[in-house]
Amino acid sequence: MRRQLMKGNEAIVKSAILSGCRAFYGYPITPASEITEAAAQYLPQVGGVFLQAESEVAAINMLYGAASAGVRVMTASSGPGISLMQEGISYMAGAELPCVIADITRGGPGLGNIAAEQSDYHQVVKGGGHGNYHTLVLAPHSVQEMADLTALAFELADRYRNPVVVMADGFIGQMMEPVEFPQTATEPHLPKWAVAGTEESRGNLISSIYLEPDKLEAHVRQLEAKYYVAQQREARAEEWRTEGAEIVLVGYGIVARILKAVAAEAQAEGLKVGVLRPITLYPFPGLQFQKLAERARVFVVVEMSNGQMLEDVRLALNGVRPVEFLSRFGGNVPSHGEVLELVRKLARQTLPAPQPERESVAHV
Amino acid sequence: MSNGTEAEYEVTHGRPQAFYENFDRKGELQHQTHYCPGCGHGIVHKMLAQAIDELGIQNRTILVSPVGCSVFAYYYFDVGNVQGAHGRAPAVATAVKRSHPQSIVVSYQGDGDLSAIGSAEILHAANRGENITVIFVNNAIYSMTGGQAAPTTLLGQVSTTTPAGRNAANEGYPLHVSELLATLEAPVYIERVGLGDNRQVAQAQRAVRRAVENQVRGLGFSLVEVLSPCPTIWKMSPVDAQHWVRDVMEKTFPLAVLRDRTKDVQPKAAPATGPALEEIPRILGVTDEGEAEPSDAQAKGGVDLQVRVAGFGGQGVLLLGEVLAEAGLHAGLEVSWLPSYGPEMRSGTSNCHVRLAREPIDSPLVAHPDVLVAMNEPSLHKFCASVRPGGWIFYNGETVPEECERKDVHILARPFMHVADELGDGRAGNMVILGALLEATATLPQASVDAALGQLVKSPRWLTLDERALARGRELLRESLQEVCHEG
Ligand SMILES: Cc1ncc(C[n+]2csc(CCOP(=O)(O)OP(=O)(O)O)c2C)c(N)n1
Ligand code: SF4
Ligand SMILES: [Mg+2]
Repeated sequence: MRRQLMKGNEAIVKSAILSGCRAFYGYPITPASEITEAAAQYLPQVGGVFLQAESEVAAINMLYGAASAGVRVMTASSGPGISLMQEGISYMAGAELPCVIADITRGGPGLGNIAAEQSDYHQVVKGGGHGNYHTLVLAPHSVQEMADLTALAFELADRYRNPVVVMADGFIGQMMEPVEFPQTATEPHLPKWAVAGTEESRGNLISSIYLEPDKLEAHVRQLEAKYYVAQQREARAEEWRTEGAEIVLVGYGIVARILKAVAAEAQAEGLKVGVLRPITLYPFPGLQFQKLAERARVFVVVEMSNGQMLEDVRLALNGVRPVEFLSRFGGNVPSHGEVLELVRKLARQTLPAPQPERESVAHV
Repeated sequence: MSNGTEAEYEVTHGRPQAFYENFDRKGELQHQTHYCPGCGHGIVHKMLAQAIDELGIQNRTILVSPVGCSVFAYYYFDVGNVQGAHGRAPAVATAVKRSHPQSIVVSYQGDGDLSAIGSAEILHAANRGENITVIFVNNAIYSMTGGQAAPTTLLGQVSTTTPAGRNAANEGYPLHVSELLATLEAPVYIERVGLGDNRQVAQAQRAVRRAVENQVRGLGFSLVEVLSPCPTIWKMSPVDAQHWVRDVMEKTFPLAVLRDRTKDVQPKAAPATGPALEEIPRILGVTDEGEAEPSDAQAKGGVDLQVRVAGFGGQGVLLLGEVLAEAGLHAGLEVSWLPSYGPEMRSGTSNCHVRLAREPIDSPLVAHPDVLVAMNEPSLHKFCASVRPGGWIFYNGETVPEECERKDVHILARPFMHVADELGDGRAGNMVILGALLEATATLPQASVDAALGQLVKSPRWLTLDERALARGRELLRESLQEVCHEG
């Protein structure tokens, strides 16, 4: 199959359309604007709808409308725009509407800056809007995954009738790598529950309202049951050269790429280092952590945030292994050199034999 | 639906088809609406249902209900129903309509919903001329939440958040949304009607029907504002409330047709249907057909080339990297190209990281390049120390400043832009350097470079120029090696 050099942001749109996406509503924001621009170029050509909304608030509510109408729909944004979308995302989760949201993260809080950061983790992975809900979150670390995980996102969104976020950083969005696409496009189909302005769909209602406490509780329990199934079936992580690893480096997105380079060099020095890369951030691949913890002595979380995924790693390990933490943010990227230094330092330390113990966190 | 009056309900008589016979979605009292006696919402619902009946569009209709007392409109309307967030119904309706242009989409909203929190959404839906119908029930108050002030609250009107009466100095003036929207070009029909007496009610019925019919005819955006009694929050009897609409409210909000272009506009054309499914990969440019001929020219042996290119914007830094990456891909290698990204982007400087490798590329970030291309002095200063021993520095300048001299790397310093100038255009300097780089690293077959250039450079003039520039670059490198040999 043909491998093309392409930017991650463009790969998302092409993959979305091949996956049956026929509507894009969005509001420009660096570093996600290229997705919106590519959507503006291609969606009209395939008989789809592209509309630049008046705000992210309007955009997400347009997603609500299009999803209610049964159309595969997406948007793209970043930090401040995702913050504005949270009410709408909560409505969509409550009304059980599928959609795909690409979050090409930038620096915060506030206007922060436009450089890559991973500080949207909490607001995206923890369900930044109100109420008991989750979004499913996929974290590509290459251009090929921008394409593949976007296709998966549409599948999961429909399967779970829930918003799915593809969360990538500006590096993954901007860089070009070879990518290949399926040669056939998915046929859009109209779900049975959609409100389509037809006789068959006349009785359908899209709403997130459950006035009776018992009914709302039952509804949320049913959402919970969905998330439970997703946890069992959809959690994914890549284990990269983890056989025999005593030090496990943990990171997602561009950080995972750096960690692989570090691990390769450290292994060449004879150090027992591997990489565990969460691909789904929700559901979080906790089992893989527990499995690796049987052999590994220490986990090292590297993040371009002040320790947001770190919390999930600690929860997954539940204290059985120490967790070290290296963080850079503000647009700074953990350098190959500083991560390698930390790995060497940890390898030099006489590590205790594997046994349950309290974690320690080194802020580097 | 305010707290004090939950026990009092109005019974709807003479049920239109577009209403459910039994309000199953409602908990108790399934034959009555949840609206208070004398509430305008009940009356407007009936008007809308009658219009749907008369136009024969029940199966096609989709009602978007707001947040406000009419939040439960879907209890009653036997049509497709979508319940939206507070103020966002026009955005929701926009996408519903665009998803199914054959459907008839009604955005039903209160005055708080439409004129306060949703002021942006209504303005832009109207300005885009969405082919939807908006029913705007203005009762000058937030009823559902118990009587707080709305942008439409009258001057002097008491509400729970204007206990001394609305004061223009603090809260501004009643917002005339319909007049505002009528200043836009796109809307085809905007009328303000009232429910103040029977004559007004009859006019309101006609306006609601017209607003829906316009959409059926494909004419565009229609909005009917209905001055509507809320006896409960206004603390009036239903009769007094009705009179208040006519005698007081109407003075602030005069009844009028504010816009009627229905005779001037052409029905909107139905959107073109999309291409056949099989066409889509080709439209996206992802089919195999555009693929360059697989070349015999494959890069040989183990390759791991890490390159950093830096300079000013406009010097062709990114393109140099792209040609290199594209050529690497053509030669069967793994490649990555990463533009500098972040604050630097805006400062007029530009740089990119390129990797070509036999094995899958771990990190696309190049911290220690084998080759540095520095198109200007600041870039040289910034990156010269990072080059791996044994690597190359190509510097666009006559001589390398002392601080950047290194004994452990090869350096080729030439005024590459001037060299290109002699070839016809200084902007081809990036390709002169690329030629030198290709000659020095000897990683990529010429056929791959040609293929990459052909793909990325579309203008024939530039293609010829770039090819000559590449050749000149190779020459420069060979000459420099000879010099070194002679010196040695
Ligand atoms: C984001 C948000 N803010 C506030 C509310 C609370 N709220 C519900 S209805 C309403 C006002 C509705 O007033 P109006 O649109 O005039 O409708 P009415 O009840 O008068 O018909 C408010 C403020 C909400 N539901 N959501
Ligand atoms: S708008 Fe007023 S009258 Fe109508 S239901 Fe609400 S509180 Fe009752
Ligand atoms: Mg009101």
